[in-house]
Amino acid sequence: MTHWIDACATDDIDEEDLIRFDHGGASYAIYHSPDGQFYATAGHCTHEQVHLADGLVMGHLIECPKHNGQFDYRTGEAKRTPVCIALKTYPVKVEGDRVLIGLGA
Amino acid sequence: MTRDYSLLGPDARRAIESGLAAAAWYHTDVPRKEMKALMQRSDGPAIRDTVILFAAMVGFAGLGIWLWPSPWSAPFWLAYGVLYGSAMDSRWHECGHGTAFKTPWMNNALYGVACFMIVRNPVTWRWSHTRHHTDTYIVGRDPEIAIMRPPAFLKVIGNFLGIFDAWNGWSRMLLNATGRIHPEEADYVPASEQPKVIRIARIWTAIYAATIALALAMGSILPLMVIGLPRLYGAWHHVMTGLLQHGGLADNVNDHRLNSRTVYINPVSRFIYWNMNYHVEHHMFPMVPYHALPRLHALIRHDLPAPSPSIPAAFREMWPALRRQLANEDYYLKRALPATARPYRDDFHSAALGAAAE
Repeated sequence: MTHWIDACATDDIDEEDLIRFDHGGASYAIYHSPDGQFYATAGHCTHEQVHLADGLVMGHLIECPKHNGQFDYRTGEAKRTPVCIALKTYPVKVEGDRVLIGLGA
Repeated sequence: MTRDYSLLGPDARRAIESGLAAAAWYHTDVPRKEMKALMQRSDGPAIRDTVILFAAMVGFAGLGIWLWPSPWSAPFWLAYGVLYGSAMDSRWHECGHGTAFKTPWMNNALYGVACFMIVRNPVTWRWSHTRHHTDTYIVGRDPEIAIMRPPAFLKVIGNFLGIFDAWNGWSRMLLNATGRIHPEEADYVPASEQPKVIRIARIWTAIYAATIALALAMGSILPLMVIGLPRLYGAWHHVMTGLLQHGGLADNVNDHRLNSRTVYINPVSRFIYWNMNYHVEHHMFPMVPYHALPRLHALIRHDLPAPSPSIPAAFREMWPALRRQLANEDYYLKRALPATARPYRDDFHSAALGAAAE
């Protein structure tokens, strides 16, 4: 069962950018895409434990700030070495001006 | 303390066990909006620089061939050599980070050409450089430590003519072309990437074989003056600038202000080196493209040691330190921070360094 957690306001994140969201001892990254959609992934790069919140969003890609590996944050797919393992993604919905992230039970 | 630079030796194990490897590094605080602006990609500067670079290479090589074998061809070969054997080092580096161009295929194309010229397998060295950024100058972890302790001056000086580096590159190419991966490469290149290493080594070997065959057919080294030998006679500039990146500074620390050096250099060298003279800045924020490094430097210089004012000044600082490391491996230069900077974490680093001298 999915638990919807209130993560942030829609205007907390600029378009084509992301923020860090910590909850329940885990860390996530929440994205605002150039086409106005919101997405969420695990917060740390799968290559090394570097948080993606300091990285660069380019279109639908997030680039890790340490080694420049890239993921498609919509699907989590690894797009550029050194990342080889996909990023975990989470469902997101917008209610009013709030962004909610769906976490497992 | 004797250092073991093997990636499979006791220092490597110690770095992992102590938490020195893959650690969190010091970063100067930069507001998110400013960092985002600095990280933005652009094709324009790199296209301009690449057009200038290859036009100059064609021009210098053309004049060298035209004047061959007259001694008057020598200056043109020397200029061509620096672009081939040194500028390609910085192109390899920046395109390996994926930051030179905005368009990925442009990064990849220049990366491939630069790797061939500088004799670094593009797959192996992408992973090697990844490790260099994870564990910069961590003994036993960083495969790109240019000056080990005690310094091997013969090797350092020989590399101004590419002797050891290029030889290693070619011998590793031949090893890989036979279908084998060196055990140290296997430590940082994932198994899924290793077939690519071998495929590229075989293509390169074929290109060198064709060049040598042409030289034999012509009874002249001229083809090798264009392909291969410039890696030797043009290497001096990238070795000169590369040694300054970390030479004489601390190892086994997690603060790039302690182990990296920023140097102000002349505009020609900056073109050849693609702004990597801003080396503390590059290591602290590796996703900032080369053309934005001067702006990054202006933004965070209050938190960094004062840059060396020139290449000769940097050598005057580094060389005596290297000589002292001959007798005392633990000696290193600890560069002073300005009053506006956050201080070094001496407690943390003394634990990592043991009883290091300053």
